[in-house]
Amino acid sequence: MNPAINTAVNAGMTPVATPFFFYMLAGLAVLSGLAVITRRNAVHSALALIVTLLSVAGLYLMLYAPFVAGVQIIVYAGGIMVLFLFVIMLVNIDRTLKERSFNHMWPIGLVASCLLLAMFMGAFSKGRALFVDRMIPLPEGSNTQMIADKLYGQAGRMGEYTFAFEIASLLLLVAILGAVIMTKKKI
Amino acid sequence: MLTSFMSYLGSTMTPGQAGNQLWALIYVLIIFAGVSVAVICMNWIERKALAHFQIRLGPMRVGPHGLMQPFADALKLMLKEDIIPAEADQFVFWVAPLIGLLAAFTVYTVIPFGPSQAVSDMNIGILFMLGVSSLGVLGIVVAGWASNSHYPLMGALRSSAQMVSYEVAMGLAVVSAVLLTSLHGIGIYGVTGNGDTGTLSMIGIVQAQQEQHVWFIFKFFPLGLIAFVIFAIAMVAEVNRAPFDLAEAESELTAGFHTEYSGLRWSLFMLAEYAAMIAVSSIAVTLWLGGWVRPFPNLLQGTAWDFIFSLFPGLTFLGLAGVALLGTVRMPSHSFFKIQKIGLGVFGMLLGSLALLLLVIAIAGRSADMSLAARFNEGIGYVYWFVLKVAVFMYLFIWYRATWPRYRFDQLMSVGWKVLLPISLGVLMLTAVVGVLVK
Repeated sequence: MNPAINTAVNAGMTPVATPFFFYMLAGLAVLSGLAVITRRNAVHSALALIVTLLSVAGLYLMLYAPFVAGVQIIVYAGGIMVLFLFVIMLVNIDRTLKERSFNHMWPIGLVASCLLLAMFMGAFSKGRALFVDRMIPLPEGSNTQMIADKLYGQAGRMGEYTFAFEIASLLLLVAILGAVIMTKKKI
Repeated sequence: MLTSFMSYLGSTMTPGQAGNQLWALIYVLIIFAGVSVAVICMNWIERKALAHFQIRLGPMRVGPHGLMQPFADALKLMLKEDIIPAEADQFVFWVAPLIGLLAAFTVYTVIPFGPSQAVSDMNIGILFMLGVSSLGVLGIVVAGWASNSHYPLMGALRSSAQMVSYEVAMGLAVVSAVLLTSLHGIGIYGVTGNGDTGTLSMIGIVQAQQEQHVWFIFKFFPLGLIAFVIFAIAMVAEVNRAPFDLAEAESELTAGFHTEYSGLRWSLFMLAEYAAMIAVSSIAVTLWLGGWVRPFPNLLQGTAWDFIFSLFPGLTFLGLAGVALLGTVRMPSHSFFKIQKIGLGVFGMLLGSLALLLLVIAIAGRSADMSLAARFNEGIGYVYWFVLKVAVFMYLFIWYRATWPRYRFDQLMSVGWKVLLPISLGVLMLTAVVGVLVK
């Protein structure tokens, strides 16, 4: 489509994906993630969650996955978080601030987070064997097309993830229908 | 220094493609200044046009024909006391206008004013624009909540429900336009162009229209037109303008989500609203109206036509200067009006000299070689046609506001979900079917 872009890439333009941006985005994600679970005010938590989601979108961009980053912003930061806020705003904040949370799930949470940590450590130490050690150079702008090829297949053949994709969309359809049935008194 | 500066001016790449951060910064500053000036102009035009729609004069006192009114307003807003309600959530109250402003201005990084007149060309351009502009609603929602007052909360609830509903129809209309980039063109001149892989890049979308020799509003007639109309309705709802301004319905909610805001913070909301209006209009222009492409680039081609079309920017400013000078002549000859008369005359002179400059550039750069004047002339042409198309939308926003009464909330929801959504889904399917059949 746009040959000028490819020539610019080949001419060796300076990459934006520098360690500085990685540490900035990762730090922001972790800090705001902590804020999500430590704030008592639900709206503050929701705002912190938005920052987390946006910095994760930035990390996707650094991984040369712009489509995923864009969808992350539209679906999570733009759509779902607005609905979250919509619901949270109707909650009486003053009362929730005073109430102690009554769930005692923290032992399970501790076990789950330890397991997750172990998994991350494993991936970190064995990472070299598990993943490719460097980015496979792709022509700029083909990212979206490659996702489409994987999901929908090309030239009449089924894509690698077509089945999983269709199953997921069926699941969403069921959820939508369920929501409609629950809100409608008379069908 | 000078040579590198000249090479910037002569470059055919966007700063993003060239990877030049300094140049990108200059572009960002130019766009920021341009949008601010556009908001000032829009403010004045809106007040005058609305007044004339209602057979009033509008602002007449500050400067000739109220030309200095926006500056007086800005000064007043900056000097005004900035009140934060005692019961408000201080931090969120403070950060809310900034969220809206950031979202509105971030979008401008991918708006293509020309093939190289953009800060950057992302290959997910349109996705980025939709995503970031949908973040603007967070500012409104959070502002309404942080005010800790009933009217703002109602306004915020309405606005979030409205934006989430209209985003669906808007997104589907955009998808059908993106689909058109990949399909064989049946333009109004017959079958031309080739089907390509399609693109999400804003510059790529305009280039696809250029290659297919058709603006997408006319492609697969009337499918492109219907998708465009759906977008044009949904975009008014997205920026909370009349007749969809339920978030700030003054007869029911005093001022809606910004009831508790005053002074500079309120003006940030206003700036964000107008910047968002320009941004969504730019999406419509890019997707359906050929972006920077001048009218009839294929029917009326050749250097002679190019030259005639390159005279348009200069002639436009010449016309404006003529209007200003006519106003000077028609000013009453009472001594009270002396200063106003001089002011309007000077303003007319300024517009006239700008017009002369543009005409000189058009004449100097009429040869199609790669000289600096020719490049400059080309760039001015791109920006002029883009801005002209956007300006039509901005005028429409005023016209809507003067013409239509506000929707009731249930009407708003039923229009969004029961009319726009099914139509946009149908258009999307039909576009795909027609595209496959034509192939």
